[in-house]
Amino acid sequence: MQNSLFDRRTTLVGLAASVAGIAMPSAVLALTEQGATALVDQLVGEINKVISSGKSESAMIKDFEKIFVRYADVPIMAKYALGNDGRTASAAQIKNFTRAFQGYISRKYGKQFRDFIGGQVIVQSSRKIKSGYEIKSTVKLQGQKPFEVTFLVSDRSGRDLFFNMFIEGVNMLLAERAEIGAMLDRRGGNIDQMTADLAKAG
Amino acid sequence: MLVALLTLVACTTPDADNRDVSQAFDPFEDENRRTHEFNKSLDRALLRPAGRGYQTAVPIPVQAAVGNFSSNLSMPGVAVNSLLQGDLGGTGLAIVRFAMNSTIGIGGLIDAASEFNVPDHDTDFGETLHVWGTPEGAFIELPFLGPSTERDAVGRFVDLFTNPLTYAVTGSDRFWGYSASVASSVSDRGRFSETIDYILYESADSYAQSRLIYLQNRRFELGQGSATEDDGTDPYDDFYSDPYDDPYEDPYAE
Repeated sequence: MQNSLFDRRTTLVGLAASVAGIAMPSAVLALTEQGATALVDQLVGEINKVISSGKSESAMIKDFEKIFVRYADVPIMAKYALGNDGRTASAAQIKNFTRAFQGYISRKYGKQFRDFIGGQVIVQSSRKIKSGYEIKSTVKLQGQKPFEVTFLVSDRSGRDLFFNMFIEGVNMLLAERAEIGAMLDRRGGNIDQMTADLAKAG
Repeated sequence: MLVALLTLVACTTPDADNRDVSQAFDPFEDENRRTHEFNKSLDRALLRPAGRGYQTAVPIPVQAAVGNFSSNLSMPGVAVNSLLQGDLGGTGLAIVRFAMNSTIGIGGLIDAASEFNVPDHDTDFGETLHVWGTPEGAFIELPFLGPSTERDAVGRFVDLFTNPLTYAVTGSDRFWGYSASVASSVSDRGRFSETIDYILYESADSYAQSRLIYLQNRRFELGQGSATEDDGTDPYDDFYSDPYDDPYEDPYAE
């Protein structure tokens, strides 16, 4: 229900955002540096809220998936991760893969957030890049040297959405493309089989 | 000896540093994969359980103190490498950090320099070689030590000799230094256990994943990474260049 609301690329998007209770910059306006930074702040805030909620891991992962769908450009991320193999895939295969990918990312990264409980994310700087903005932040964990996490935000989907992340220089989407590629290789390039397994992985 | 090592590094190098990490320069892949399996079995048998145990047994502040102590002992080596790189600012930082932490930081247990906002500084002989123009070379998985490159492997070896402390300190003091260094690795293994477990044990190709992560992270440390624009991985470039390939075909439509 929430998904179908969000998918209409019309002015309804603004309405949907307010219905969902998120103060997202209006989709009608072009993406600004402040808008991109605010998006990252909100994203981090939402994740922290879930981590500190004390819910069970499976409940947290469901929450992460909702956050991921709301704040990230999931279709473009999924397509990138599928790489060249996506070129020959049918629309239905891409749709199924996108769903499986969304759950997989939420489980995989959701579990890893446990390592970052109590962490503090401080936005350091932002700059314009070709597809939008790059927001650099520092993550501070107790008893550890701070490390750099960079978020990429774009409005090319029609909304301001997060589309990639670099953790100390490591490109998340590129790592996922390598992973999906390895899964495909192991299954003789069978996208349907890989998608079915991805739905259980993470 | 150094010259010989540098020549060795130069032997297995492509024309330029290979920037596309999804296709790393990896002519020794078969051997590397065998070493990777060996390292994984070591991790499973020793490092992983040790990391978990350390994490449960040792309180975070104590782990931080051990990490600080180990990092402080590396500072004289950092000073030497910074000097070799012509980085006088970095040399100064390493010396100031070492002086402050060894005294008011109670022998390095407390990172007093950071409390006084002295910036962090870290480097190694691998970076010195990079600054001197040595190319990265092939990717290598080192037994016990994990992912590396030819340049960094030489760097790690030379760094056994670049820290003046190793000459000044003897006997049990030296033992404590090595112990702290091992303990801080064990601590990190435990601290990031979910993340590392995922890469090593749940990935479809843990070798390819760890290679990609190592190379990207290392290039980032050496200031070659983080150019998020021109690393050729903009997903919007991939798809918007083809007007018939619309990723917004409504993937959620029921």
